[in-house]
Amino acid sequence: MSQLLRSFLAAVGLIAALAAAGYVAVIVGAATVIGQSETGIEESARSDGWRGVRSGTAGRVSIPDPQAGILIQSEGEIWRSIRNGPVTAAGAWSMFVMLILLAVFYAWRGRIPLAGKPTRREVVRFNGIERFAHWMTAASFIVLALSGLNLLYGRYLFIPVVGKEAFAVITEAGKFLHNFVAFPFMAGLILMFALWVRHNVPTRVDLQWLRLGGGLLSDRHHPAAERFNAGQKAIFWIVILGGVSVSLSGVALLMPFAFPIFGKTFVFLNLFGFGLPDMLTPMQEMQLAQVWHAVVSLGLIVVMFAHIYIGTIGMEGAFQAMGSGKVDAAWAEQHHSLWAASAEESVTDDDSVPVAAREGQG
Amino acid sequence: MARMKFLCDADRCIECNACVTACKNEHEVPWGVNRRRVVTINDGQPGERSISTACMHCSDAPCMAVCPVDCFYQTDEGVVLHDKDLCIGCGYCFYACPFGAPQYPQAGNFGGRGKMDKCTFCAGGPKEDGSEKEFALYGRNRLAEGKLPLCAEMCSTKALLAGDADTVSDIYRERVTARGFGGGVWGWNTAYESDT
Repeated sequence: MSQLLRSFLAAVGLIAALAAAGYVAVIVGAATVIGQSETGIEESARSDGWRGVRSGTAGRVSIPDPQAGILIQSEGEIWRSIRNGPVTAAGAWSMFVMLILLAVFYAWRGRIPLAGKPTRREVVRFNGIERFAHWMTAASFIVLALSGLNLLYGRYLFIPVVGKEAFAVITEAGKFLHNFVAFPFMAGLILMFALWVRHNVPTRVDLQWLRLGGGLLSDRHHPAAERFNAGQKAIFWIVILGGVSVSLSGVALLMPFAFPIFGKTFVFLNLFGFGLPDMLTPMQEMQLAQVWHAVVSLGLIVVMFAHIYIGTIGMEGAFQAMGSGKVDAAWAEQHHSLWAASAEESVTDDDSVPVAAREGQG
Repeated sequence: MARMKFLCDADRCIECNACVTACKNEHEVPWGVNRRRVVTINDGQPGERSISTACMHCSDAPCMAVCPVDCFYQTDEGVVLHDKDLCIGCGYCFYACPFGAPQYPQAGNFGGRGKMDKCTFCAGGPKEDGSEKEFALYGRNRLAEGKLPLCAEMCSTKALLAGDADTVSDIYRERVTARGFGGGVWGWNTAYESDT
């Protein structure tokens, strides 16, 4: 049996690693190709006359916008093929695979039960501000994810169903929602970072937790964990780093051509020998911002599938931690033993019956 | 059926910008939106050339391919048009277009874009031909009146040609033969690669 578990875990790990590698490959490829489009354009006998023009050399134009001086920007074709190709396909596949994995996991493992009897003693797990930060970010994320996915897939999924007119109305509303809901999302990120960063520093305990598979695979050996276990810490850092990245590229898309970030990023990365093109045109900045925004968002969406799964149907007693903010002492002991020990002191009751008396009844 | 194309003879264009003015005036294009522009390369140096450019009405149009709301369509004559009632002003067509054709009036916050506007090859849009609504949204529908795009019609040196692809390329070929040189049919390789 443990052989089976190990191979299942290995498969999950492998798929996650492949997906991560795929994302990195797409973005590095996109950056290189968009930034150096000249090499990607095949020269044919029926030449346009001036090779320089085809590779984006700018001329003089009376319009007060230097971009208008560029006669042909070939990167547009590359951006199109990346967005309509690998980004669309990899996004759909990774979401699909994650859902399948979760379904398989649920079918095999079921709902992870509460070990032992509930004590009916409740421990405060997340206070009001923490829950506010979580749910503000979560609600904005869902709105942003749905309106964003609609931009990428809606044309294929919904136009055949609702027709172009209705779809345009929905999508325009989605665009405005996306633009404005971005701000509570960013505020939530900042708040969550401030509230939780000190609990999310990796420690030695996390290694042990990871080595035992986080107790996900069996009820018998549940590893010790602090306030956040290694899986939660991973989610925290994915959300913070991915969220910041998606926010920066989102702001770049929100204020077109006013907020270039990739040239500067590539100058920094080149210090480590990446050799990325750092002289980017405003158009290349926008194209990279769109690809990056889409890729990181899709990555976050896939990770959130797993987060939502384990926080709802995947584990008994998990939802109330973020719902009411209180968990049963037995749950705290089972899942966050090291934290539970310190939290015992702040035990709360929903009525005035003394803790000792209620324990006696239980 | 004719396949409409623009052809700019860079050896003839004198950068008078009459095409730009004609376009702006004919369609009452709003301030800040430039359906057509003239770009001069090697300005003030030997080999200086000017090119009048606008939407080239590509065969495999990138704008059509990336539009999230699928608002573009291509007429039987190869003219790429779009429906402003559907456009959400996302800007994707501008990122994809090799020629920088899509334009956006400023609308809303953060430099937000309004409905996209671009050269229609003087063919209006999805509203009823010649209607006031069509004119307000897309400009004059000269093709429906049996006329060709005004930019080319008004070109003082006949550098800019617009019309059936076979006809305009024949004219250009004759010129090249007569004068003994030609810079090539600018932009065609990018715009029409798939239907040559």
